[in-house]
Amino acid sequence: MSHTLLSGNEAAARGAWEAGATVGAGYPGTPSTQALEVFARMDGVYAEWCPNEKVALEVAAGASMGGARSFVTTKHVGVNVAADPLMTLAYTGVGAGLVLWVADDPGMHSSQNEQDSRNWGPFARVPVLEPSDSAEALTFVREAFELSERFDTPVIVRVTTRIAHSKGAVEAGERLEREDARPYEKDLGKWVMMPAMARARRSSVDERVEQMTRFAEETKLNRVEMRDTALGIVTSGVCYHHVREVAPDASVFKLGLSYPVPGEALRGFAGSVDRVVVVEEADPYLYSRLRIEGVEVDPIPLPHAGELTPGLIGRALGHPQPEVREAIDVPPRPPLMCPGCPHRGAYYALKKAKAIVMGDIGCYTLGALPPLAMMDSCVCMGASVGMAHGMTLAGHGSTRPVVAVIGDSTFVHSGITGLSDAVYNGGSATVCILDNRITAMTGHQHNPVTGKTLQGADAVEMDLEALARSLGVERVRTVDPHDLEASVEVVREEVVADEVSVIVFRAPCALLIKEPEQPYAVDDEACTACGACIQLGCPAISTVEGRKASIDITLCVGCGDCVQVCRFSAIELTGPACDIGGV
Amino acid sequence: MSATTTVVLAGVGGQGTILGADVLAKTAMAAGLDVKLSEVHGMAQRGGAVDTVVRFGEAVASPLTDPGHADHLVAFELTEAARMIGVLKAGGRLVVNTRVIDPLPVLIGQVESPEGLEGRLAEEGATFLDAEALACDAGSPKSANIVLLGAVSTGLSFPVELWREVIAERVPPATVDVNLHAFELGRRACGEGGECLL
Repeated sequence: MSHTLLSGNEAAARGAWEAGATVGAGYPGTPSTQALEVFARMDGVYAEWCPNEKVALEVAAGASMGGARSFVTTKHVGVNVAADPLMTLAYTGVGAGLVLWVADDPGMHSSQNEQDSRNWGPFARVPVLEPSDSAEALTFVREAFELSERFDTPVIVRVTTRIAHSKGAVEAGERLEREDARPYEKDLGKWVMMPAMARARRSSVDERVEQMTRFAEETKLNRVEMRDTALGIVTSGVCYHHVREVAPDASVFKLGLSYPVPGEALRGFAGSVDRVVVVEEADPYLYSRLRIEGVEVDPIPLPHAGELTPGLIGRALGHPQPEVREAIDVPPRPPLMCPGCPHRGAYYALKKAKAIVMGDIGCYTLGALPPLAMMDSCVCMGASVGMAHGMTLAGHGSTRPVVAVIGDSTFVHSGITGLSDAVYNGGSATVCILDNRITAMTGHQHNPVTGKTLQGADAVEMDLEALARSLGVERVRTVDPHDLEASVEVVREEVVADEVSVIVFRAPCALLIKEPEQPYAVDDEACTACGACIQLGCPAISTVEGRKASIDITLCVGCGDCVQVCRFSAIELTGPACDIGGV
Repeated sequence: MSATTTVVLAGVGGQGTILGADVLAKTAMAAGLDVKLSEVHGMAQRGGAVDTVVRFGEAVASPLTDPGHADHLVAFELTEAARMIGVLKAGGRLVVNTRVIDPLPVLIGQVESPEGLEGRLAEEGATFLDAEALACDAGSPKSANIVLLGAVSTGLSFPVELWREVIAERVPPATVDVNLHAFELGRRACGEGGECLL
């Protein structure tokens, strides 16, 4: 097959497919999402979005146990959620191959923290592979399935944003047709991790690490490239390519298997060069492994926070830097909620109620920014509900209401348990579920409330109101966030209740609406420059001369939120953009 | 390093920089070159500043670039041209769409819209065009990204036919004619010498 241009995510999906994987499971999370979406479109596979990463890994573990090669995709923080099964699957091992595609996000382009997932290697004692580009994403995922079965272990293939979202040439191959699918046989000693069996398995984990270490010494996943012996660079992942860019003459030890590391080979490399440095993004992971292996490493001043670039590496190596043009001062451009976004109405209502808002992870996190500025916290998936309950325990809620704001997908991911806790323990917070009928931030994935599966089948729609009632919530309200008056009224009524209430704000994501309504325009005569519409933070509305408002008709989707806040009837319907010379 | 060409496409989430970068990368690949493209999805796409790097040559190492290294900067929006100017190397080519999308702090009157950006960018050797106006002429304002590709294409050595083939393959079938027209208008607006013909 010829070369094609694929992202790391696309190549990983292809690698899993070529390896004969038949089951895929995951939860959307940038920068990993595409991997499962692409896998799901391939022939002869089953793939599903799960409520969260823990469930995804458990589904894959069951499939693996039953004999199907299984592929799990997640972003770095998702592994935290899946850590419980992961740590013990390291003991049970696998049936058929089980591979986790884990995408880290150094620089936090779309994440709440930086974590270096290579640390799961020594922590869980599972092998970690690190491809450097799309081509290796494919071959390493394919190889990972082989290793998973050969060493009877789940395998992590760890990448970063610049591999997952970078595209490069990939040579695709054929799918492995596995005739001898692994038959399932009951085996208590392997699969039932009660203390007695787990103790016995514990030593097999150490034996496997020893075997893997011997394998690491000889595998082609690792590669030594001898050039000038004045400088030897140990590196992995995308940093390998940055190193080749800035230090093309240096000798390189490229680790494709970063746990366990080949101590002997690394000591040999160190002995053949004058000076060894480590170039790696995020944690000093390889640096620590090398020190444990007794390799003398010359520390260089590389930042551990954020992403590395060839330039940063060159600077740390003492290379001269090019002249850079003088910067031009421009205002920041934070991401923002789209024109017509239904979350805007919910925040408008919460602002009227002067609420303390415990936030969560999704597009609605953007409501933390001015002018709405209606979010007080954002920690992790599902945290809003437990934190809102906790805030009331610290005595808040009487003067300013305490509210949780959480999206539909995030609520299903890990908000349900928090709600159960608050109800069970007699809490009083108000939980607002912003149900926009999709997992929006990651690019529109289906979830248990949308009525569709990853592969497009019709699905049972979770009834959020019925679920809340079954958890014991007696005050459950539903409102359309584009109806600002009704939203304000519902919030006003629920926040004063001395018990947990749930408000479901339900309206589809603005990007799901393919045929937008007619755009609005501002009547300059009628506008009094009061600023009410500006405070909605809609990117289609701006202030112009004399602080009056103006609507960009190329951006307006006609949601009508601004019409409702204008007390001077200054906002009216207009026609389509190109027809009236809007651009 | 000198053998690799680096193009940075800078714009605002939703402007189609990712599709534009994809067409450029596939054209380079169709021309027999090694290619790497790096982009960011997710939160930044919601109206935030986005930049995509496309690098091509005999053998491309890093997918990223650094200040003072890019051969071409194609800005889909005026403010983003100014924000990203540092990436362009001395003598690099700067193509700028004159359209301004005010960021939220400006829209809500928190900070002033910067003045004199066009003049400042002209000092940096910018070639300007109004991609949205040309896109409307071509038949759809959504083809502005392809207008800009047409503009950048005059500074690259790929045959026009190759561009046209990749565009036809990559854009939605119903929009092929509009996009090919948009590409042509972009090329005409920025002739070989790099001067703006508007």
